[in-house]
Amino acid sequence: MDIDHILAHHLLDRRIAYLFNIGPIPIYLTDHVVMMLIASFLLIAFTLYALKSKSGLGMKSASVFEMAIVYIRDEIVRPNLGVRGDKYLPYFLTLFFFILLCNLMGLVPYGKTATSNIAVTGAMALATFILINISGISEQGLGHYLKSFIHEGLPWPLVPIMFLLEVLGLFTKAFALCIRLFANMIAGHIAILVLICLIFLFQNLWIAPASIIAAVAVSLLEVFICFLHAYVFTLLTALFVGMAVNPQH
Amino acid sequence: MELTFIGWGYVGVGLGAGLAVVGAGLGIGKLVAAALEGSARQPEMAGKLQTTMIIGAALIEGLGLLALITSLLTGLTLNGIAKSATDRSGSTAMQSTGH
Repeated sequence: MDIDHILAHHLLDRRIAYLFNIGPIPIYLTDHVVMMLIASFLLIAFTLYALKSKSGLGMKSASVFEMAIVYIRDEIVRPNLGVRGDKYLPYFLTLFFFILLCNLMGLVPYGKTATSNIAVTGAMALATFILINISGISEQGLGHYLKSFIHEGLPWPLVPIMFLLEVLGLFTKAFALCIRLFANMIAGHIAILVLICLIFLFQNLWIAPASIIAAVAVSLLEVFICFLHAYVFTLLTALFVGMAVNPQH
Repeated sequence: MELTFIGWGYVGVGLGAGLAVVGAGLGIGKLVAAALEGSARQPEMAGKLQTTMIIGAALIEGLGLLALITSLLTGLTLNGIAKSATDRSGSTAMQSTGH
Protein backbone atom coordinates (compact mmCIF):
# COMPACT_ATOMS: atom_id res chain seq x y z
CA MET A 1 0.00 0.00 0.00
CA ASP A 2 2.15 2.81 -1.33
CA ILE A 3 1.16 6.36 -0.53
CA ASP A 4 2.50 7.65 -3.81
CA HIS A 5 0.52 5.04 -5.75
CA ILE A 6 -2.67 6.14 -4.03
CA LEU A 7 -1.87 9.82 -4.65
CA ALA A 8 -1.07 9.10 -8.29
CA HIS A 9 -4.32 7.20 -8.69
CA HIS A 10 -6.54 9.92 -7.28
CA LEU A 11 -4.78 13.15 -8.16
CA LEU A 12 -3.22 12.76 -11.59
CA ASP A 13 -5.43 12.64 -14.65
CA ARG A 14 -5.68 9.66 -16.91
CA ARG A 15 -6.28 9.63 -20.64
CA ILE A 16 -9.69 8.47 -21.76
CA ALA A 17 -9.63 8.80 -25.53
CA TYR A 18 -7.49 10.14 -28.33
CA LEU A 19 -9.02 13.11 -30.09
CA PHE A 20 -6.85 14.62 -32.80
CA ASN A 21 -3.38 15.90 -33.62
CA ILE A 22 -2.26 19.50 -33.65
CA GLY A 23 0.85 19.19 -35.80
CA PRO A 24 3.09 16.70 -33.97
CA ILE A 25 1.23 17.00 -30.62
CA PRO A 26 -1.58 14.53 -29.86
CA ILE A 27 -4.57 15.86 -27.92
CA TYR A 28 -6.23 13.42 -25.55
CA LEU A 29 -9.49 13.54 -23.65
CA THR A 30 -8.54 13.26 -19.97
CA ASP A 31 -10.45 13.45 -16.67
CA HIS A 32 -9.64 17.09 -16.09
CA VAL A 33 -10.70 18.04 -19.62
CA VAL A 34 -14.08 16.37 -19.02
CA MET A 35 -14.42 18.31 -15.75
CA MET A 36 -13.61 21.59 -17.48
CA LEU A 37 -16.13 20.86 -20.23
CA ILE A 38 -18.83 20.09 -17.65
CA ALA A 39 -18.00 23.33 -15.80
CA SER A 40 -18.22 25.39 -19.00
CA PHE A 41 -21.46 23.74 -20.03
CA LEU A 42 -23.01 24.31 -16.59
CA LEU A 43 -21.94 27.94 -16.61
CA ILE A 44 -23.34 28.63 -20.10
CA ALA A 45 -26.58 26.75 -19.35
CA PHE A 46 -27.12 28.50 -16.03
CA THR A 47 -26.38 31.93 -17.47
CA LEU A 48 -28.80 31.45 -20.34
CA TYR A 49 -31.46 30.10 -17.99
CA ALA A 50 -31.08 33.01 -15.57
CA LEU A 51 -31.07 35.50 -18.45
CA LYS A 52 -34.03 34.33 -20.46
CA SER A 53 -36.41 32.77 -17.98
CA LYS A 54 -39.57 34.58 -16.91
CA SER A 55 -40.69 32.12 -14.25
CA GLY A 56 -40.32 32.79 -10.51
CA LEU A 57 -37.38 30.47 -9.98
CA GLY A 58 -35.54 31.87 -12.98
CA MET A 59 -35.92 35.48 -11.86
CA LYS A 60 -34.76 34.65 -8.33
CA SER A 61 -31.68 32.78 -9.49
CA ALA A 62 -30.98 35.65 -11.88
CA SER A 63 -31.01 38.11 -8.98
CA VAL A 64 -28.63 35.90 -6.94
CA PHE A 65 -26.32 35.70 -9.94
CA GLU A 66 -26.59 39.44 -10.33
CA MET A 67 -25.48 39.97 -6.73
CA ALA A 68 -22.20 38.21 -7.47
CA ILE A 69 -21.73 40.07 -10.76
CA VAL A 70 -22.39 43.49 -9.20
CA TYR A 71 -20.00 42.64 -6.34
CA ILE A 72 -17.24 41.80 -8.80
CA ARG A 73 -17.89 44.94 -10.80
CA ASP A 74 -18.05 47.33 -7.86
CA GLU A 75 -15.46 45.89 -5.50
CA ILE A 76 -12.90 44.25 -7.77
CA VAL A 77 -12.91 45.85 -11.23
CA ARG A 78 -13.96 49.45 -10.67
CA PRO A 79 -11.62 50.37 -7.77
CA ASN A 80 -8.62 49.09 -9.71
CA LEU A 81 -9.41 49.90 -13.32
CA GLY A 82 -11.82 52.83 -13.15
CA VAL A 83 -15.12 53.04 -14.96
CA ARG A 84 -13.46 52.45 -18.34
CA GLY A 85 -12.44 49.02 -17.03
CA ASP A 86 -15.96 47.83 -17.82
CA LYS A 87 -14.80 46.57 -21.20
CA TYR A 88 -12.61 44.01 -19.41
CA LEU A 89 -15.51 42.90 -17.23
CA PRO A 90 -16.46 39.78 -19.30
CA TYR A 91 -12.96 38.37 -18.81
CA PHE A 92 -13.04 38.85 -15.05
CA LEU A 93 -16.51 37.38 -14.67
CA THR A 94 -15.62 34.33 -16.75
CA LEU A 95 -12.41 33.88 -14.79
CA PHE A 96 -14.15 34.08 -11.42
CA PHE A 97 -17.03 31.73 -12.17
CA PHE A 98 -14.92 29.24 -14.09
CA ILE A 99 -12.35 28.92 -11.30
CA LEU A 100 -15.13 28.71 -8.70
CA LEU A 101 -16.96 25.92 -10.53
CA CYS A 102 -13.79 23.98 -11.28
CA ASN A 103 -12.71 24.19 -7.64
CA LEU A 104 -16.10 23.16 -6.27
CA MET A 105 -16.49 20.21 -8.62
CA GLY A 106 -13.52 18.53 -7.00
CA LEU A 107 -15.48 18.18 -3.77
CA VAL A 108 -18.40 16.12 -5.05
CA PRO A 109 -17.92 12.32 -5.19
CA TYR A 110 -16.32 11.04 -8.41
CA GLY A 111 -15.33 14.57 -9.31
CA LYS A 112 -11.80 15.73 -10.03
CA THR A 113 -10.44 19.22 -9.55
CA ALA A 114 -9.43 20.64 -12.88
CA THR A 115 -7.50 23.49 -11.24
CA SER A 116 -5.31 21.00 -9.39
CA ASN A 117 -3.51 20.44 -12.68
CA ILE A 118 -0.61 22.81 -13.17
CA ALA A 119 -1.29 22.95 -16.90
CA VAL A 120 -4.77 24.41 -16.28
CA THR A 121 -3.61 27.07 -13.80
CA GLY A 122 -0.58 27.76 -15.97
CA ALA A 123 -2.84 28.41 -18.96
CA MET A 124 -4.99 30.79 -16.90
CA ALA A 125 -1.89 32.63 -15.65
CA LEU A 126 -0.66 32.84 -19.25
CA ALA A 127 -3.98 34.36 -20.30
CA THR A 128 -3.65 36.90 -17.48
CA PHE A 129 -0.07 37.69 -18.56
CA ILE A 130 -1.21 38.30 -22.15
CA LEU A 131 -4.11 40.45 -20.90
CA ILE A 132 -1.80 42.60 -18.74
CA ASN A 133 0.53 43.33 -21.62
CA ILE A 134 -2.14 43.83 -24.27
CA SER A 135 -4.22 46.13 -22.06
CA GLY A 136 -1.15 48.13 -21.05
CA ILE A 137 0.00 48.55 -24.64
CA SER A 138 -3.45 49.35 -26.01
CA GLU A 139 -4.31 51.87 -23.30
CA GLN A 140 -1.00 53.67 -23.12
CA GLY A 141 0.86 53.03 -26.34
CA LEU A 142 4.00 50.93 -26.54
CA GLY A 143 6.57 53.65 -25.72
CA HIS A 144 4.64 55.02 -22.77
CA TYR A 145 4.01 51.51 -21.43
CA LEU A 146 7.70 50.66 -21.51
CA LYS A 147 8.50 53.99 -19.89
CA SER A 148 6.14 53.21 -17.02
CA PHE A 149 8.58 50.52 -15.85
CA ILE A 150 10.98 53.26 -14.81
CA HIS A 151 9.66 55.06 -11.78
CA GLU A 152 10.06 58.79 -11.31
CA GLY A 153 12.98 60.31 -9.50
CA LEU A 154 15.34 57.40 -10.08
CA PRO A 155 19.07 58.19 -10.46
CA TRP A 156 20.18 57.15 -13.92
CA PRO A 157 22.71 54.40 -12.98
CA LEU A 158 19.87 52.40 -11.42
CA VAL A 159 17.61 52.57 -14.46
CA PRO A 160 18.80 49.37 -16.25
CA ILE A 161 18.55 47.29 -13.07
CA MET A 162 15.09 48.71 -12.31
CA PHE A 163 13.89 47.95 -15.83
CA LEU A 164 15.17 44.38 -15.58
CA LEU A 165 13.53 43.92 -12.19
CA GLU A 166 10.22 45.22 -13.46
CA VAL A 167 10.29 42.88 -16.46
CA LEU A 168 11.15 39.99 -14.13
CA GLY A 169 8.31 41.12 -11.91
CA LEU A 170 5.84 40.61 -14.77
CA PHE A 171 6.79 36.96 -15.06
CA THR A 172 6.92 36.49 -11.29
CA LYS A 173 3.40 37.86 -10.84
CA ALA A 174 1.91 35.46 -13.38
CA PHE A 175 3.93 32.53 -12.02
CA ALA A 176 2.87 33.27 -8.46
CA LEU A 177 -0.80 33.38 -9.52
CA CYS A 178 -0.43 29.98 -11.17
CA ILE A 179 1.40 28.34 -8.28
CA ARG A 180 -0.87 29.78 -5.57
CA LEU A 181 -4.06 28.32 -7.04
CA PHE A 182 -2.46 24.98 -7.97
CA ALA A 183 -0.77 24.47 -4.59
CA ASN A 184 -3.87 25.31 -2.57
CA MET A 185 -6.09 22.95 -4.53
CA ILE A 186 -3.58 20.07 -4.49
CA ALA A 187 -2.75 20.50 -0.81
CA GLY A 188 -6.39 20.26 0.25
CA HIS A 189 -6.94 17.03 -1.65
CA ILE A 190 -3.67 15.52 -0.44
CA ALA A 191 -4.64 16.32 3.16
CA ILE A 192 -8.02 14.60 2.80
CA LEU A 193 -6.46 11.55 1.09
CA VAL A 194 -3.74 11.19 3.71
CA LEU A 195 -6.26 11.40 6.55
CA ILE A 196 -8.31 8.57 5.04
CA CYS A 197 -5.17 6.55 4.30
CA LEU A 198 -4.30 6.65 8.01
CA ILE A 199 -6.99 4.02 8.54
CA PHE A 200 -5.22 1.66 6.14
CA LEU A 201 -1.82 2.54 7.50
CA PHE A 202 -2.72 1.68 11.07
CA GLN A 203 -4.65 -1.44 9.96
CA ASN A 204 -7.05 -0.74 12.79
CA LEU A 205 -10.72 0.22 12.71
CA TRP A 206 -10.68 2.29 15.91
CA ILE A 207 -8.94 5.18 14.22
CA ALA A 208 -11.81 5.48 11.74
CA PRO A 209 -14.03 7.93 13.74
CA ALA A 210 -11.22 10.39 14.40
CA SER A 211 -9.96 10.11 10.83
CA ILE A 212 -13.38 10.59 9.23
CA ILE A 213 -14.23 13.56 11.43
CA ALA A 214 -10.90 15.19 10.61
CA ALA A 215 -11.48 14.54 6.89
CA VAL A 216 -14.95 16.15 7.08
CA ALA A 217 -13.51 19.20 8.87
CA VAL A 218 -10.78 19.58 6.25
CA SER A 219 -13.40 19.25 3.50
CA LEU A 220 -15.43 22.09 5.02
CA LEU A 221 -12.28 24.21 5.12
CA GLU A 222 -11.76 23.25 1.47
CA VAL A 223 -15.14 24.76 0.51
CA PHE A 224 -14.08 28.08 2.05
CA ILE A 225 -10.68 27.85 0.33
CA CYS A 226 -12.34 27.26 -3.06
CA PHE A 227 -14.37 30.49 -2.81
CA LEU A 228 -11.43 32.41 -1.38
CA HIS A 229 -8.98 31.48 -4.11
CA ALA A 230 -11.41 32.19 -6.92
CA TYR A 231 -11.82 35.66 -5.36
CA VAL A 232 -8.07 36.16 -4.81
CA PHE A 233 -7.14 35.15 -8.37
CA THR A 234 -9.68 37.58 -9.83
CA LEU A 235 -8.66 40.36 -7.43
CA LEU A 236 -4.96 40.02 -8.17
CA THR A 237 -5.60 39.93 -11.93
CA ALA A 238 -7.60 43.15 -11.60
CA LEU A 239 -4.83 44.70 -9.52
CA PHE A 240 -2.13 43.84 -12.06
CA VAL A 241 -4.19 44.99 -15.04
CA GLY A 242 -4.94 48.20 -13.16
CA MET A 243 -1.23 48.75 -12.50
CA ALA A 244 -0.49 48.23 -16.19
CA VAL A 245 -3.31 50.45 -17.43
CA ASN A 246 -2.68 53.49 -15.23
CA PRO A 247 0.55 53.29 -13.28
CA GLN A 248 0.62 55.18 -10.02
CA HIS A 249 3.05 58.05 -10.10
CA MET B 1 26.45 4.22 1.41
CA GLU B 2 23.97 5.81 -0.93
CA LEU B 3 21.19 4.89 1.47
CA THR B 4 22.82 7.29 3.94
CA PHE B 5 22.57 10.09 1.38
CA ILE B 6 18.95 9.24 0.71
CA GLY B 7 18.30 9.31 4.45
CA TRP B 8 19.73 12.80 4.75
CA GLY B 9 17.53 13.79 1.84
CA TYR B 10 14.47 12.80 3.85
CA VAL B 11 15.74 14.85 6.80
CA GLY B 12 15.92 17.83 4.46
CA VAL B 13 12.37 17.24 3.27
CA GLY B 14 11.02 17.21 6.82
CA LEU B 15 13.02 20.25 7.92
CA GLY B 16 11.95 22.21 4.85
CA ALA B 17 8.27 21.51 5.39
CA GLY B 18 8.48 22.44 9.08
CA LEU B 19 10.33 25.70 8.45
CA ALA B 20 7.84 26.67 5.75
CA VAL B 21 4.96 26.28 8.19
CA VAL B 22 6.86 28.32 10.81
CA GLY B 23 7.33 31.16 8.35
CA ALA B 24 3.72 31.16 7.19
CA GLY B 25 2.41 30.95 10.76
CA LEU B 26 4.51 33.90 11.93
CA GLY B 27 3.53 36.02 8.96
CA ILE B 28 -0.19 35.37 9.24
CA GLY B 29 -0.04 35.84 13.01
CA LYS B 30 1.43 39.30 12.66
CA LEU B 31 -1.13 40.17 10.00
CA VAL B 32 -4.14 39.08 12.03
CA ALA B 33 -2.78 40.88 15.12
CA ALA B 34 -2.52 44.12 13.16
CA ALA B 35 -6.04 43.71 11.74
CA LEU B 36 -7.48 43.01 15.21
CA GLU B 37 -5.76 46.02 16.74
CA GLY B 38 -6.96 48.24 13.92
CA SER B 39 -10.55 47.10 14.25
CA ALA B 40 -10.38 47.49 18.03
CA ARG B 41 -9.29 51.10 17.67
CA GLN B 42 -11.85 51.95 14.97
CA PRO B 43 -14.80 49.55 14.99
CA GLU B 44 -16.39 51.18 11.95
CA MET B 45 -13.48 50.05 9.73
CA ALA B 46 -13.83 46.43 10.81
CA GLY B 47 -15.39 45.26 7.52
CA LYS B 48 -12.66 46.66 5.27
CA LEU B 49 -9.94 45.46 7.60
CA GLN B 50 -11.37 41.96 7.61
CA THR B 51 -11.45 41.84 3.80
CA THR B 52 -7.85 43.03 3.55
CA MET B 53 -6.80 40.52 6.19
CA ILE B 54 -8.32 37.62 4.26
CA ILE B 55 -6.56 38.66 1.06
CA GLY B 56 -3.22 39.01 2.85
CA ALA B 57 -3.63 35.64 4.53
CA ALA B 58 -4.32 33.96 1.16
CA LEU B 59 -1.18 35.49 -0.35
CA ILE B 60 1.08 34.47 2.54
CA GLU B 61 -0.41 31.00 2.63
CA GLY B 62 0.29 30.67 -1.10
CA LEU B 63 4.00 31.05 -0.42
CA GLY B 64 3.91 28.55 2.42
CA LEU B 65 2.12 26.01 0.28
CA LEU B 66 4.67 26.55 -2.49
CA ALA B 67 7.39 25.34 -0.14
CA LEU B 68 5.22 22.41 0.98
CA ILE B 69 4.65 21.30 -2.59
CA THR B 70 8.40 21.49 -3.22
CA SER B 71 9.14 19.22 -0.24
CA LEU B 72 6.35 16.86 -1.27
CA LEU B 73 7.82 16.50 -4.75
CA THR B 74 11.30 16.00 -3.27
CA GLY B 75 9.95 13.28 -1.00
CA LEU B 76 8.25 11.45 -3.84
CA THR B 77 11.40 11.66 -5.99
CA LEU B 78 13.46 10.32 -3.10
CA ASN B 79 10.96 7.44 -2.83
CA GLY B 80 11.66 6.57 -6.46
CA ILE B 81 15.43 6.86 -6.03
CA ALA B 82 15.37 4.75 -2.86
CA LYS B 83 13.27 2.07 -4.53
CA SER B 84 15.58 1.88 -7.55
CA ALA B 85 18.67 1.90 -5.33
CA THR B 86 17.47 -1.01 -3.20
CA ASP B 87 16.23 -2.94 -6.23
CA ARG B 88 19.52 -2.51 -8.06
CA SER B 89 21.80 -3.52 -5.26
CA GLY B 90 19.56 -6.42 -4.23
CA SER B 91 19.25 -7.03 -0.53
CA THR B 92 22.98 -6.68 0.18
CA ALA B 93 22.70 -2.94 0.83
CA MET B 94 20.10 -3.48 3.52
CA GLN B 95 22.14 -6.28 5.09
CA SER B 96 25.34 -4.26 5.18
CA THR B 97 23.73 -1.53 7.31
CA GLY B 98 23.18 -4.10 9.98
CA HIS B 99 19.40 -4.50 9.85
